[in-house]
Amino acid sequence: MQIFSCPFCGPRPETEFHFIGELGKTRPETLQGVSDEDWARYLYTQRNEKGRVQEVWMHMPCAELFVMERDSVTMEVITVIALRGVS
Amino acid sequence: MSGTRLASGGVIDRSQPLTFRFDGRSYTGFAGDTLASALMASGVRVLGRSFKYHRPRGLWGAWSDDANAIMNVSLGASELPNCPASMTYLEDGMTARAVNAWPSAGFDVKGGLDALHRWLGAGFYYKTFMWPDWHLFEPSIRKMAGLGHVSVNVSEDDVAAHQHAFCDVLVVGGGAAGLAAARAAAELGHDVCLVDDQRVPGGGVYQMQQVEGQAPADWIAEERASLEAAGARVLSETTAFGVYDHGLIGLAQSRGFGAAPRLIRMRAGRVILAAGALDRPLTFPGNDRPGVMALNTGAELLARYGTLVGQTLAIVSARGCDVQPFEAAGARVSRFDPKEGQIAARQGRHVTGLVQGTRFEPFDAVFVSGGWTPLVHLWRHAGGKLQWCDQRQAFLPDGQLTQMRAVGAANGTFDLPAALDEARAAGRGDAGARPATAYHVDPSWPAPRSKGRQWIDFQHDVTLKDVEVAARENYVSVEHLKRYTTLGMASDQGKTSNMAGLAAMAAIQGRPIPEVGTTTFRPPFVPVPLELYRGHHREQLWHPLKRLPLEPVHRDLGAALGEYGGWLRPGWYGAGTPAERVADEVRTARQGAGLFDGSPLGKIEVMGPGAEAFLNFVYYNTMRTLAPGRLRYGFMLTEAGIVFDDGVLARLGQDHFIVSCSSSHVDAVRTHLEAWRQDGNDPDSIFVHDATQAWATVTVTGPEAPAILRAAGVDAGDLAHMNLHETEWQDTPMRIARVSFSGDASFELSIRASRAAALWSALRNAGATPIGIEAMSIMRAEKGFIIIGKDTDGQTMPHDLGFTFPRTKKTAAFIGDRSLHTDVARAPGRKQLVGLAHGGDAPLPTGAHVVTDGASEGYVTSSYFSPTLDRPIALALVANGASRIGEAVTVWHLGTQYAATITMPCAFDPEGGRIHA
Repeated sequence: MQIFSCPFCGPRPETEFHFIGELGKTRPETLQGVSDEDWARYLYTQRNEKGRVQEVWMHMPCAELFVMERDSVTMEVITVIALRGVS
Repeated sequence: MSGTRLASGGVIDRSQPLTFRFDGRSYTGFAGDTLASALMASGVRVLGRSFKYHRPRGLWGAWSDDANAIMNVSLGASELPNCPASMTYLEDGMTARAVNAWPSAGFDVKGGLDALHRWLGAGFYYKTFMWPDWHLFEPSIRKMAGLGHVSVNVSEDDVAAHQHAFCDVLVVGGGAAGLAAARAAAELGHDVCLVDDQRVPGGGVYQMQQVEGQAPADWIAEERASLEAAGARVLSETTAFGVYDHGLIGLAQSRGFGAAPRLIRMRAGRVILAAGALDRPLTFPGNDRPGVMALNTGAELLARYGTLVGQTLAIVSARGCDVQPFEAAGARVSRFDPKEGQIAARQGRHVTGLVQGTRFEPFDAVFVSGGWTPLVHLWRHAGGKLQWCDQRQAFLPDGQLTQMRAVGAANGTFDLPAALDEARAAGRGDAGARPATAYHVDPSWPAPRSKGRQWIDFQHDVTLKDVEVAARENYVSVEHLKRYTTLGMASDQGKTSNMAGLAAMAAIQGRPIPEVGTTTFRPPFVPVPLELYRGHHREQLWHPLKRLPLEPVHRDLGAALGEYGGWLRPGWYGAGTPAERVADEVRTARQGAGLFDGSPLGKIEVMGPGAEAFLNFVYYNTMRTLAPGRLRYGFMLTEAGIVFDDGVLARLGQDHFIVSCSSSHVDAVRTHLEAWRQDGNDPDSIFVHDATQAWATVTVTGPEAPAILRAAGVDAGDLAHMNLHETEWQDTPMRIARVSFSGDASFELSIRASRAAALWSALRNAGATPIGIEAMSIMRAEKGFIIIGKDTDGQTMPHDLGFTFPRTKKTAAFIGDRSLHTDVARAPGRKQLVGLAHGGDAPLPTGAHVVTDGASEGYVTSSYFSPTLDRPIALALVANGASRIGEAVTVWHLGTQYAATITMPCAFDPEGGRIHA
């Protein structure tokens, strides 16, 4: 059982959290015409890196989104920061 | 091998004799005995049978390294299958039976299978039962498979306790190193917890003659007293069975035979692994015979249980061995050096002697060791690496882990003084490298192409020849070897067999052992009952139901309450057959007025200056143009264009909306909205608030609904369909949404939950009849109204449901928009929503397939007998269904065919006149 830290609620068990997606995925401007390839990449291509990853998570009880930087091999949580604080 | 209990010695209590039965005969042991030690002391040689050949099996290991003596054990009302006799503490009145043997381990009618071994080697199963059809063989093989049998007496009261615990330092193992490390840490003021899986800590210390100048028992007592005086906890009969993410260590603590154990979820600042080491077998012909056992087992039986296994003993050891205790106990001991030539056990039902070259001697028992194998399981669970050590012929913990440190025999430090120094340094938190050691073993691994049947996995009957077969057939990776031969799949999970197995593969291929590698070490370290994990996580504590504010009212009305989408809801009301009750409710609602508790319906408020644009983006349908006071039905899609939810959006004011999503789907929709609000939109101009449980919703549906509302004092004005009215009822704010899931005039009245009972009562008194969700499900199906997830699947897009307009005409971006214009979305043959009519009286089976030329073209999603139409109705998803209205099709289900006709989804009142009445 992993322990994640919500930037608002502090350390909580992983079952309270919901994975939203990898950080940095920008929705294409669909009104501008998006190629099949670009749309498929947006939908389905994940970086899925080994090692340090940055992901968006939701803490379900408070519903706040935050960015968690963690190590996908050691499972170490490196930083958590509210999504609004991410430029 | 005639077991002898000595007059003194060990940790048993000779003043407490315990009587027990094994395979129908009565025996006596003492308090502190294990089942295995009591049987050995009673001179029982055969304690079990192997899995495949039903070969007689004696004790190999004294603790968790024995997979031979596996028993069904009962005591009082408790009967547990597959108890390792070596780890089951004896209690008075126990009855044990060897598994996989009938009528007894000593005489097993299937023992003759062994004669067929030539045809039953590795892979025989895969090669033999291919032809003509596996299913012909399956029933009889299933019958033979598995060990033990489960008692028919189910005890629901047998609940594991769960506990969360914390400490600075967790020491795993109560042997010499563990005790020393725990004391050193505790005396520095750390919060220390020492776990040991035996009842009496001390590990192998009892085998020694002296420890730091003291008798073993005195040394153990002093260490324990000192560490407890320094505040450390000692948990006996507690096994650290797994290391999990973020430093969680699973501890299983026994609460006595037949009682569910306690699961302790331990979070430790750091872990000192002092789990010790096991003797590994030597591989020689007849090495599986009862009487051939680990050297450490013979020593433990003597030291802990005062039992001398035989009067004449052979010791074949690649590591050193102190024979003095055996000789002092009266045994005659001969040593054999495995380097001096191939050894073979004299073949009998049990071992009778040992042959090496021209040398033969008769023995009662043979103690063997191919050297120590450190117990590195938890180190591997924690992500630690292993390193092959040529000097020790073993895999040792390699490198550093931030949270765990291995000491003593688990770290390859087998000399006692060095192990104590290492453990104390670790306890204090001092840095330190593995000390040098004089310990050395010569390789004594299996010799391929040698003669005779040589066992590698005792329980699963994997021999050296089986490993050779696997190598010949190219199952050379250890992971493939394991699965092809079942080597290491015994209930000890390879503690005895893995090293010999991979060494054999290395020798066959001429590769070094570290190159062959090990299989993965996975929790649990020893078998634990599934109940350990379950504990109180059951029923409502595992899956809490959401409860209606009106539940007491429904109970008073005799509602049949059931779970619908996570809520406990009335399925129907009153006694009588459910089908009749439901049909009555449908007819009443169609003719008069039904009263339905729709409180679970989603009520997610979306507010703020950005709400309009946000909802226009979230919904498939254009919501920007929705006027205040109006309702609009719409879909939410995933980005993949799949229908995610449907429902009605209400606009209360310019910046205030209510998302009325599916009852079972509120939490998912709320998460969906919050995710999009915060990631991709301006969270300071949009606010999402789930008020579902704060409001109760009571629906009045049917031709008499307007009259009922008037009679109950509900002011609905002259509300038209798909309009919203905010009013008060008896001084309480009320929202009235005229929206229909039944197809009749229908009003959803939402009121503060605490006022729901009064409103319900007023509406009943005015003449509305309670109806349950089953009736509502039929009424909506009569109208062709869908339930997402029932009448749609993971491929359904809105145009498959007949909602095509926004896909081509909506001018704003929305979630999933681009996905509606891919090759897949445009492809011919998409499954589309239709109705099915057929001539029979019984509804089509839900899930039945629409078939053409033996291939499925879709399936029935909803099917009921319609009380309104007095015939069956059905909804289905069928390829190109929308353009096939009127076509005759065949519906197939489990071999039965039905003739049906594709229809429009709506079977009742297709003009929709009733909804506006």
